[in-house]
Amino acid sequence: MPEMLGIILRNLFSKPATVKYPFEKPEHVPGTRGEISFDMSKCDQCQDCERLCPSGAIKVDVEGKRIEWDPYKCMYCHLCVRSCMHQAITPLDNVQPPVYRLEKKVFET
Amino acid sequence: MSKHVEEVKTTVFPFGPQHPVLPEPIQLRFVVEEEEIVDVLPQIGYVHRGIEKAIELNDYRRNIYLCERICGICNYMHGMAYSESIEKLTDTVVPLRAKYLRTVWSELARLQSHLLWLGFFSEGVGFESLFMQVWKIREIVLELNEATAGHRIHLSTNVIGGVNMDMDEGLIKRYYKDMGRLRKEMDSLAPVFYKDKAFQAKQVGKGILPKKDAVHMGAVGPTIRGSGIPQDMRTNYYEAYGFLDFEPVTHDTEDVYARTLVRFDEVYQSIDLIEAALKQMPEGPIVDKNDRFPDGVAVVRVEQPRGECFYYAVGNGTIHLERMRIRTPTLPNIPPLLHMLKGYEISDIPAIVHSIDPCMACAERITYVKKGGQ
Repeated sequence: MPEMLGIILRNLFSKPATVKYPFEKPEHVPGTRGEISFDMSKCDQCQDCERLCPSGAIKVDVEGKRIEWDPYKCMYCHLCVRSCMHQAITPLDNVQPPVYRLEKKVFET
Repeated sequence: MSKHVEEVKTTVFPFGPQHPVLPEPIQLRFVVEEEEIVDVLPQIGYVHRGIEKAIELNDYRRNIYLCERICGICNYMHGMAYSESIEKLTDTVVPLRAKYLRTVWSELARLQSHLLWLGFFSEGVGFESLFMQVWKIREIVLELNEATAGHRIHLSTNVIGGVNMDMDEGLIKRYYKDMGRLRKEMDSLAPVFYKDKAFQAKQVGKGILPKKDAVHMGAVGPTIRGSGIPQDMRTNYYEAYGFLDFEPVTHDTEDVYARTLVRFDEVYQSIDLIEAALKQMPEGPIVDKNDRFPDGVAVVRVEQPRGECFYYAVGNGTIHLERMRIRTPTLPNIPPLLHMLKGYEISDIPAIVHSIDPCMACAERITYVKKGGQ
């Protein structure tokens, strides 16, 4: 019983373990695998990223020098970042908030 | 015969595939006489995904990510087992530091899986506050995963020939600190798991799996170790386990409670293994790349949180694998589960079914289709 009383008192005055999500943002961890961004001035349209992407989220248009990336097909493994010979893909550590419309991201020169 | 003696009625009732107690879809049809279970008929095949065929159709270098999706919880071990099988087929020698890193991360995966199970199980036996306590502790491991590889569950650090991520001094220090924190938190829960009478009441003496039957039916993982048999694939010394000192955790009471305690004690074992591996980890390269195509036959057995996982790969010297066969630990644990359930009451079902840690999405590899599309 005294042990229980101690736990009750401790829980009464300690901070909650959870975060009140929509009002309070969770702690940001640097290095989180988030979205990717293409630097088209460095890209030479070799299509390595398109070939390697496990979920087929990247489409490279060689003639139009244009890349389409589907954030909703992407599984955020960052294999493309590691495979790019010209370091044209920058990994970001943001996490996308929920959205209403599924839109692809287009990168052009 | 007297008219007053009533015959005992046999009833069949389905349990699952959708049920609040079951985490995954499996249907068990119970044949009951009043409250007692007489027979159990299993029905699987609700989440067949054809992953083995997809692996054969894919480029072998892209399959690591596919194998990681076989099971969300054991994802790291699936990626590791696939990489190991391709390394055997291409005669690749993995650097020692990569082996240690794989050991550390697979123990981290075991920690989060066991903590997840301890929470789920507590809820299954009606102890909801313990479920929340255990999952609060699990957050430590998930945050460590995120700090390591940028993801809370999917580390995705395996590549063929090693790993794609290294650990610096700062991260290693954080590992030591968090493992200490985890041990302290687990110590605070130990009296509940070891002494609480209400928690034990639904487990002690329930779902007994005798030693002889466990071996005969081919149980694996904590299910067989709960029957007192020290069967653990880590004692085959794959990766860096050969350099570490450990004994498989066993308990002799052969019931549901023994399986709970095996998992609870394995949390401590994993913490010790992570600390020992980080202490011994040598400096050096983390990956050995080559351009050979897989050729020949390879068999890999790794110890996942739920038990032994078996990978069989056949390569034919091309970019595609000829055959890939994966047996996950839930499949061999289903026959022992059916045996365990017989003779117990309907109210014991949740605790006994949970005690094998069923993960049906991993287990389903084959679907039989009868003529007529049934």
